[in-house]
Amino acid sequence: MAVLVDSNTRLLVQGITGSAGAFHTRQCMAYGTNVVAGCTPGKGGQTFEDEVTGKSVPVFNTVREAVAQTQANATMIFVPPPFAADAIMEAVDAKVELIVCITEGIPVNDMVRAKTYIEGSGSRLIGPNCPGIITPGACKIGIMPGHIHQVGNVGVVSRSGTLTYEAVGQLSARNIGQSTCIGIGGDPVKGTDFIDALTLFNDDPDTHAVIMIGEIGGSAEEEAAAWIKANMTKPVAAFIAGLTAPPGRRMGHAGAIISGGKGTGQGKVAALEANGVAVAPTPGDMAETLLKVWKGE
Amino acid sequence: MRCALPAALCGMTHPRLTVAPGTPAQPPQLQSFGEPACESNAMKIHEYQAKQLFRDYGLNVPDGHAAFSVAEAIAAAEKLPGPIRVVKAQIHAGGRGLGGGVKVCKNMDEVAAAADAIFGMQLVTHQTGPEGQQVRRLYIEDGADIARELYLGMLLDRETGQIVLMASTEGGMNIEDVAHNTPEKIFKVWIDPAVGLQDFQCRQVAFALGLTGKTVRKAGVFFKKLYEIYIDKDCSMAEINPLVITGSGDVIALDAKVNFDSNAIYRLKDIQAFRDLDEEDPREVEAGKYDLNYVHLDGSVGCLVNGAGLAMATMDILQHYGAEPANFLDVGGSATAEKVTAAFRIILGDARVHAIFVNIFGGIMKCDTIAAGIIEAAKQVGIDRPLVVRLEGTNVEIGRQMLADSGLPILSGADMKDGAQKAVAAAKEYAANL
Repeated sequence: MAVLVDSNTRLLVQGITGSAGAFHTRQCMAYGTNVVAGCTPGKGGQTFEDEVTGKSVPVFNTVREAVAQTQANATMIFVPPPFAADAIMEAVDAKVELIVCITEGIPVNDMVRAKTYIEGSGSRLIGPNCPGIITPGACKIGIMPGHIHQVGNVGVVSRSGTLTYEAVGQLSARNIGQSTCIGIGGDPVKGTDFIDALTLFNDDPDTHAVIMIGEIGGSAEEEAAAWIKANMTKPVAAFIAGLTAPPGRRMGHAGAIISGGKGTGQGKVAALEANGVAVAPTPGDMAETLLKVWKGE
Repeated sequence: MRCALPAALCGMTHPRLTVAPGTPAQPPQLQSFGEPACESNAMKIHEYQAKQLFRDYGLNVPDGHAAFSVAEAIAAAEKLPGPIRVVKAQIHAGGRGLGGGVKVCKNMDEVAAAADAIFGMQLVTHQTGPEGQQVRRLYIEDGADIARELYLGMLLDRETGQIVLMASTEGGMNIEDVAHNTPEKIFKVWIDPAVGLQDFQCRQVAFALGLTGKTVRKAGVFFKKLYEIYIDKDCSMAEINPLVITGSGDVIALDAKVNFDSNAIYRLKDIQAFRDLDEEDPREVEAGKYDLNYVHLDGSVGCLVNGAGLAMATMDILQHYGAEPANFLDVGGSATAEKVTAAFRIILGDARVHAIFVNIFGGIMKCDTIAAGIIEAAKQVGIDRPLVVRLEGTNVEIGRQMLADSGLPILSGADMKDGAQKAVAAAKEYAANL
């Protein structure tokens, strides 16, 4: 079960022949992800060979062609930033159900246009500027280290990549596995948001509890807090990064900035706590905080 | 969906009222959201450069000239019709007027006195910090015939993923205060990227601002040209405060603040030429050369982390245990030993750093790469302050072994909490022995 991706996922990789794309495609294949196609304009007809699994993946010029030939139902995008929004729209045009965009540094106005293009289509975007999504033991789409994950029942949703690994590491160290981990990314204009991911986890029988990792900037955590109070039937623990970040300074992620007194970490923690979400006092306490509200430990 | 418009207007101005799945539909609320503010890692330019950009697009701005010395300022003023001229400090921070960086002059003697006073001063505003920013450039501008002062801003609304145009009758004021105290005085329209800013939206804003007659149309032309600049030049923020209506009903930009999306700078060759390194933190400029995400802060524990979220969380956990971070530093997922060495050089260049905390959860970043960087940095730079290293993730055993074999006096953090506590203790001990 889990959410969005499982052993039935048929993955296309846009940008499969680039160095990052090729490296991470091999990592995903080694984890067991069913990679069925690649797309690099001008390299259609070639094949992508993976020596470890011994598999050969056909490369196509267009996403439409790749989908028609291989019935791919998900795509992982490693296209460089100037061309990444176009790659997202090409996947929407080809009716790919799940689009995972790893690319970091896409111009914001490009994403504004791409987001409008996605609206009303049947496609879901995860990212951009994200580590991707993984259902442990079944399917890894992205750049996260597969080996730290375990099969289990905790859903993880996060704006930050390495902080997701931190949470997963803490869970796995306690022998607590994960249903699905979704990195929604650190950009201000993105596809799937906290509420989308929480909705999926709430409806998933395999997910019993959730860790949500937010950071400064925007108001997505505050909105998620209100949604959790109104809808969530499963325990949620949260962590917010950037409590000590000064206003007006962008902390790495394009979306991580306190602007005009809005988007502070303190405001987010207060909103979460006021809505019954347990907030970890330090990033070293994410798993413990969840266990307290989930199992009373 | 948040909205600061009167409810009756609001429905018209939202092309789509999207509600997250499962969320009960809520009536639009009278509430303000993120107003333009200082965004220091976006690329910023000076007012005189922004006004040049405006002129290029046919937006009205007063006559004016940039000056790089007092003599140039006086010469520039003589070229203007006068008699009223304004001497303006050119620094990237806002709040220049309140800080004494803007003087309205009635004659040439006053121009000379103002230029002499402002040029070279350490201008302190609410955005510069207490040390202020040295004024190295002036802008000398012709006086304007001001009938009304308005506010105009354009920026991304993260909630809708659209560009929003904001305007207010309260021009010249601190717009953050207006948004806080009287949000009903800020009018907003959201721009559909597929069709751009429409005439009807411009009229909605113009009438909401109380404009009349031919000024309504002139304002509309102004708004659309500003949007054209915003899109053409990949702005992350454009703000005109005040936007002035003259006695004859013309619309002119008396101030101009434009920031650019750093992700798009690669395709903005003309804007790159506007960059002024004097306005940037030299450590951050140096870090940028190595593709390091670095933000200088005022604390005592230097941080070297992979990933923006973990880097922020590392700052937080240090403070939790009683020390302030000296910096935010994300070495990224593709760091090399060379980058890590550069990061150490930058961190150690800050004398206020009393200890360094390396916190790595290797995914793509391999722990042995970090270890090699630390060992190389110790050779090249010499690490003369306590170093705490916490390594986890890909190739962690190799990395730990390399550090152990190096013989460097490294304190090892078993996990993030342990590492942070050791770094805080080491910084305090180092400071006590200074």
